[in-house]
Amino acid sequence: MSTEDGQADPGLAVTRLRDALPDAVVEVGVHRGDTTVVVAAERIVEVCRLLRDDPELRFDYLVDVTAVDWLHREPRFDVVYHLFSISRNDMLRVKIRVEDRQPVDSLAEVYMLANWGERETYDMFGINFAGHPDLRRILLPEDWEDGFPLRKDFAIGGYGIWAADNVPFR
Amino acid sequence: MSDKNDPNLIENTRRIIFGWARKSSLWPMTFGLACCAIEMMAASAARFDIMERSGMLFRASPRQSDLMIVSGSVTLKMAPVLRRLYDQMPEPKWVISMGSCATAGGPYPTYSHLQGVDKVVPVDVYVPGCPPIPEALFYGILELQRMIQRGDRQVKETPLEPAPELESDHLHTAGSGV
Amino acid sequence: MSARYDIHDLQEQEMVLNMGPQHPSTHGVLRVVLNLNGENVRKAVPYIGYLHRGTEKLAEVRKYYQTLPYTDRMDYLAAPSNNLGYVQAVEKLLGIEEDVPDRARYMRVLMAELARIASHLVWLGTHALDIGALSLFLYCFRERELINDMFEKYCGARLTTSMMRVGGMPAELPEGWVQMLEDFLGIMPERIDEYENLLTENPIWIRRTQGVGVVSPEDAVSLGLTGPCVRGSGVNYDVRRARPYQVYDRLEFDVPLATEGDVFSRYQVRVAEMRQSLRILRQALDQMPEGPWVAELPDYVLPSKVDAMTSIEGQTRHFVLTIHGYKAPPGEVYKAVEGPKGELGYYIVSDGDSKAYRMHVRAPSYYNLAALPLMCENRPVQDVVAVIGSLDIVLGEVDR
Repeated sequence: MSTEDGQADPGLAVTRLRDALPDAVVEVGVHRGDTTVVVAAERIVEVCRLLRDDPELRFDYLVDVTAVDWLHREPRFDVVYHLFSISRNDMLRVKIRVEDRQPVDSLAEVYMLANWGERETYDMFGINFAGHPDLRRILLPEDWEDGFPLRKDFAIGGYGIWAADNVPFR
Repeated sequence: MSDKNDPNLIENTRRIIFGWARKSSLWPMTFGLACCAIEMMAASAARFDIMERSGMLFRASPRQSDLMIVSGSVTLKMAPVLRRLYDQMPEPKWVISMGSCATAGGPYPTYSHLQGVDKVVPVDVYVPGCPPIPEALFYGILELQRMIQRGDRQVKETPLEPAPELESDHLHTAGSGV
Repeated sequence: MSARYDIHDLQEQEMVLNMGPQHPSTHGVLRVVLNLNGENVRKAVPYIGYLHRGTEKLAEVRKYYQTLPYTDRMDYLAAPSNNLGYVQAVEKLLGIEEDVPDRARYMRVLMAELARIASHLVWLGTHALDIGALSLFLYCFRERELINDMFEKYCGARLTTSMMRVGGMPAELPEGWVQMLEDFLGIMPERIDEYENLLTENPIWIRRTQGVGVVSPEDAVSLGLTGPCVRGSGVNYDVRRARPYQVYDRLEFDVPLATEGDVFSRYQVRVAEMRQSLRILRQALDQMPEGPWVAELPDYVLPSKVDAMTSIEGQTRHFVLTIHGYKAPPGEVYKAVEGPKGELGYYIVSDGDSKAYRMHVRAPSYYNLAALPLMCENRPVQDVVAVIGSLDIVLGEVDR
């Protein structure tokens, strides 16, 4: 997906990333003007440190952390980071692909925003962030035991509740 | 009642006076939950001025208030808190369910949303709308005042049970289809 | 008796104060657990989720046009901004951004800026109310009603407007609407002066706000603060300037900045923003061209009511679009607007269906609230209220 504009220039960040960490970049795509870089899951902290500290890139602002559940794909989850450079006015989407229950290195050391962003992702998808200072449920009650609501196999009304079309995704 | 020989004269007079007193000084609790709370604020603010002119005064503590306006979505996480606040209010007390979220779950038939606040606390007046405009809230308040004057549910008929266990199957009957 | 408890032991005792979820100055159902050392806050831990309604999950089972009303109910103080963010993201996903006619773009800007003023008015009123300036609440709501009247006249709803459509706007501006806006623009500058007269040089206000809740520019960026919170720290980041959308690149306006990063700075920024919004409204109203207000895109846009009622094609199109919706090509987009609270972004992933495969909302309030522990640390407990007010959170957006 997202290789529709295959000929478009992915931008400076991808070039620098390919130079500095050639084996970390898995895939690059440009879709509707947004550049997406898929990187190796275990290198995410390294990649983000480079993106933040490189004097030409200066991606100093992590916009958002979230995830997407591709139920029937291996590996199952995409963890999506949006990065923005305020000084250079450039946006980059960094993605990693992880299995269910595979720990992901936390970015909380690199960006303070990742603290709550990763907590929400954990709460909604059950993705474990290794090294996170405070990985607890944030939106759902702390004693919630029904699973992770934004997973595709979680029906919208929760588990065990009757409704005509309260069925999990596909 | 006008009959001088009515044996219930004193009792009836007492009810009328108490009803009048209760309806004219409802003190709602400051309990803004979601979007409807903004309309509740608008209702109490400059243009509508509904609260002040119907003798209402927002109190921050449940112990000083006798009306709970459930203004907005009640989630499963909030429901125990709501029930505890209700239990802390002194008798007699009334509940207005404001907006469709509080009334029946509204547009949110989801895993985290309580499908109707009447599963947790007894509700006297339901105000429809998403969110109800201040006039609608005013109508609901007037209805409640009429109810109080008539003596309907001055004191709850059933003694209060302890807060129900918030099991999900008790709270959800996932009303509308998804 | 006294030998066992001397004064030093007592000072070591930590008091835990639970603030919320039902608390008049937490702006909804925020709960903050404060660890206090006497009057000073050692640690403030926000607990959120008391208004988590599952909007993102709902977006996965609703068609694209059905999700629009849910966006109102996230940041319910500025529903048009949310609508704008959502329809922009869907338009970008569909690749029809360029087809939206100019008049619709200007109308969107008008609505979004009105929403910004309305949101800031609620913020100013409640923030001042929390700190003790009671009368300002009534002043602010007085002007907010004028904006609500305009929304009501345009789309019928005061608060949850759902007033934008993918491809444009649902209707032409009704008769007399422009005059209402003109009147509003006429009185608003002096009304803002009125608020400022009450607050800006008020010694109580200054002592409650200056030097409180300071956040440095570096921390602000790293924390992902956006909107007036980051501009109050002197970082010039405004989505309207950084990635202009709609017609903001054709309008002249300043991005107000303050340098101190405290509650007072954020107050200054927001008040200045209201004035800038008035400037934008003035220009947008003058520049707004005549013409259609919705794109000629039969695949995505509902036919006009007349068309749907009189012609068989229109009726068929109406039914098909209402029942089946439209399918978006596979892909993923992120599109942000500068909401009143900050960068409000929508990340939509499509798998080719008529529903979003995943919609995530980058809620500014959520990440702004994450700064609360940092801002409250080692401050007196009464400052917590001032800081919460200055962050301008909306719990519907924090919890979604």
